[in-house]
Amino acid sequence: MTGELGQLALCFALALALVMTAAGLAGTRPDAAAARRVATSSAMGMLVFVGLAFAVLTYAFIVSDFSVVAVADHSHTLKPLVYKISGVWGNHEGSMLLWVLVLSLYAALVAALQRGGERLTSGALGVQGLLAAAFLLFILFTSNPFFRLDPAPFEGAGLNPLLQDPGLAMHPPMLYVGYVGLSASFSYAAAALLVGEAGWARAARPFMLIAWIALTCGIALGSWWAYYVLGWGGFWGWDPVENASLMPWLIATALLHSALATEKSGAFRTWSLLLAIAGFSMSLIGTFLVRSGVLSSVHAFASDPTRGFFIMVLIALAIGGALALFAWRAPTLQGGAAFDPASRETALLLNNVFLVAACACVFVGTLYPLVLDALNGTKISVGPPYYALTFAPIFFALLLLVPFGPRLGWRRSDLKAAWRSLYPALGLAAVAALAVLAIVSPRGLAATGAFAVAGWLIGASLLDIRKRKGARASAFAAALAHAGLGVTLMGVAGTTAWRSEALTVLAPGQTMTVGPYTLRFDGVTREQGPNYIADRAHIALMDGARVSTMLLPEHRFYPAEGQDMNDTAIHTTGLRDLYLALGDDRGGGRFALRAYVSPLAPLIWLGGLVMALGGFLSLWGRLRAPAAEPKAAAQALAAE
Amino acid sequence: MKTLAFLFLMAMAAAANVTPALAAPAFSDAASAGATAGDSFSNPATETRARALQRQLRCLVCQGESVDESNSPFSGDVRHLVRQQIADGRSDQQIQDFLVARYGDFILMKPPLQPDTWLLWLAPFLVLGIGGAVAWVVVKKASARAA
Repeated sequence: MTGELGQLALCFALALALVMTAAGLAGTRPDAAAARRVATSSAMGMLVFVGLAFAVLTYAFIVSDFSVVAVADHSHTLKPLVYKISGVWGNHEGSMLLWVLVLSLYAALVAALQRGGERLTSGALGVQGLLAAAFLLFILFTSNPFFRLDPAPFEGAGLNPLLQDPGLAMHPPMLYVGYVGLSASFSYAAAALLVGEAGWARAARPFMLIAWIALTCGIALGSWWAYYVLGWGGFWGWDPVENASLMPWLIATALLHSALATEKSGAFRTWSLLLAIAGFSMSLIGTFLVRSGVLSSVHAFASDPTRGFFIMVLIALAIGGALALFAWRAPTLQGGAAFDPASRETALLLNNVFLVAACACVFVGTLYPLVLDALNGTKISVGPPYYALTFAPIFFALLLLVPFGPRLGWRRSDLKAAWRSLYPALGLAAVAALAVLAIVSPRGLAATGAFAVAGWLIGASLLDIRKRKGARASAFAAALAHAGLGVTLMGVAGTTAWRSEALTVLAPGQTMTVGPYTLRFDGVTREQGPNYIADRAHIALMDGARVSTMLLPEHRFYPAEGQDMNDTAIHTTGLRDLYLALGDDRGGGRFALRAYVSPLAPLIWLGGLVMALGGFLSLWGRLRAPAAEPKAAAQALAAE
Repeated sequence: MKTLAFLFLMAMAAAANVTPALAAPAFSDAASAGATAGDSFSNPATETRARALQRQLRCLVCQGESVDESNSPFSGDVRHLVRQQIADGRSDQQIQDFLVARYGDFILMKPPLQPDTWLLWLAPFLVLGIGGAVAWVVVKKASARAA
């Protein structure tokens, strides 16, 4: 019965999405206040019904209702409760439902906040409704999570053990809040094109920020998960699925900067609109890449060609429609801001050039092999060496320019003064580079350069924070986000340059050394988990003759799924990770053990957290400020 | 022949269902652990060279893993091959050429520079160049307006 309730809720949601589309678009006319009220209430109604459908599916997973196909295929009675719940989005159907749930949440948020005037909001709701309707149709016709099985099996097939992990339980919802969050700025941009109303950049900014924060956290979480689960200590593999989340992040970052210029000085009006369209397009392409089965990987639950085709048509319509609207309406927008070459506008423009080039690099690297294969059957791989030669130099150049942006004023500024004010940061960069050269071996140009740039970024941010004490939250937020980049860079450079590893076969009682650590192998015990059997190695981290910590890497076997999984053990000092993965049984109590020492590894994710914190701070400042630019301030700016 | 070998590999990948290949336990295959634990070169420079070369090769039956990281039997075999050829005194280029002849360009993590990949290598810098040129024009116009 419950499954049918979910199905019914989805149908109601679809009806409301269609109403919202019609009413929202009708509400862009000045005198259609009634339509606007309908659009607002259908946004709320849609959230209620999609939420209900999601709750019904979650309930089916919690009580292990195996008469529902999605549950039978992806759950198991012995699974811990948290993974029964995360199993809801650990499969294609449920993850698409989560997608629509997040989309509905944003629609409701747009309706509730009513930022940027009622006509603009109404138009945004109309577009958001259209997107929701398209994805609800996709769910109902190709990916219905409520399909029944008759007779229902006695036991479910279980969930891929890789997905049974706290990091990966949180990763998809976080990433979706980011991916789908870009739909709000997309809708606002489309509405701005329809209504011809300025002020969309300010209205949509909180949504951009939420999406950006979530993407930042989602990418960091995914990278952290890859680090501790895959068992070889890597944190980023330039896998197409990782790239699919990086592209929207790069565009969202560009959008945050460009929209700031649009809002504050009226520059780059059409460009910001185009970026808002491009950002969500990247989300859609990412969804297509991950969901269609074009790339087979752990994320690609769906390998059904009809679904791939449906998503492709959907993307073509969404992106094509938005671009057509852009081509039609953008020329009517008044452009042409006036600013000096030495101004914040120029800095933000350069930021955008580099970020778009970086995104192009990831885009080409991800899609080129697919296209080439389709065209002439040539198979190539585009792996980390490609990105080291293309993405890395472009991003590096961007990082060098970052500190200038915040110290240049709008319209007209003094580049020399900005440069002089950065001397202390330059000093910190030199100190960082010299310290690396003096202390650490082996010496490497890449690591030294990376630390110099990190010092440059963090130094400039510290200057910003000190100088602007008591200033607006936004300046402080930007400084934090930029400092986070430096922190992540140090982590990446440190682990890449100075990682040491050891792979040894050990008998109980034997010791091994890796980096500065001495480890004693105390044997392996057989442990029974809730839904797995594990070989747990007992490894003593020695401090002289004394045991300082016990580390317990496991090798798990999941009988329901018939799969193996590694559970690594990581001992961290906050600045250095000791990372252990248990290998295979060599007989006679001897086991292979792989150990890594990754200096500065935790900084990679700490930096992500600092960036996200900067985003939060900016969001907080925004939500406290009034939604519309105060008239007086706008006039003052215009009169400057 | 090349096509045949590829079809065979694809079939293997399909049979292995790919996901378990990613989930496979670290070095469950004796040959792979042996390649690093057993026959590692005593000369650290040679060992570094072998590892660097292994990182440049894609594990064809896995998803997004290099031969160096992967635990598949395939990667174990390739590691063994690489080490054997290094021991035989062949250069990195010779070893790569040998593997490409055997498995195709797909095995190289770094795509080769050839007519049908020019666009791949140039596109990022092309976008950067065009973007830079457009930015130049935009700034020029804006400063003319400001003046």
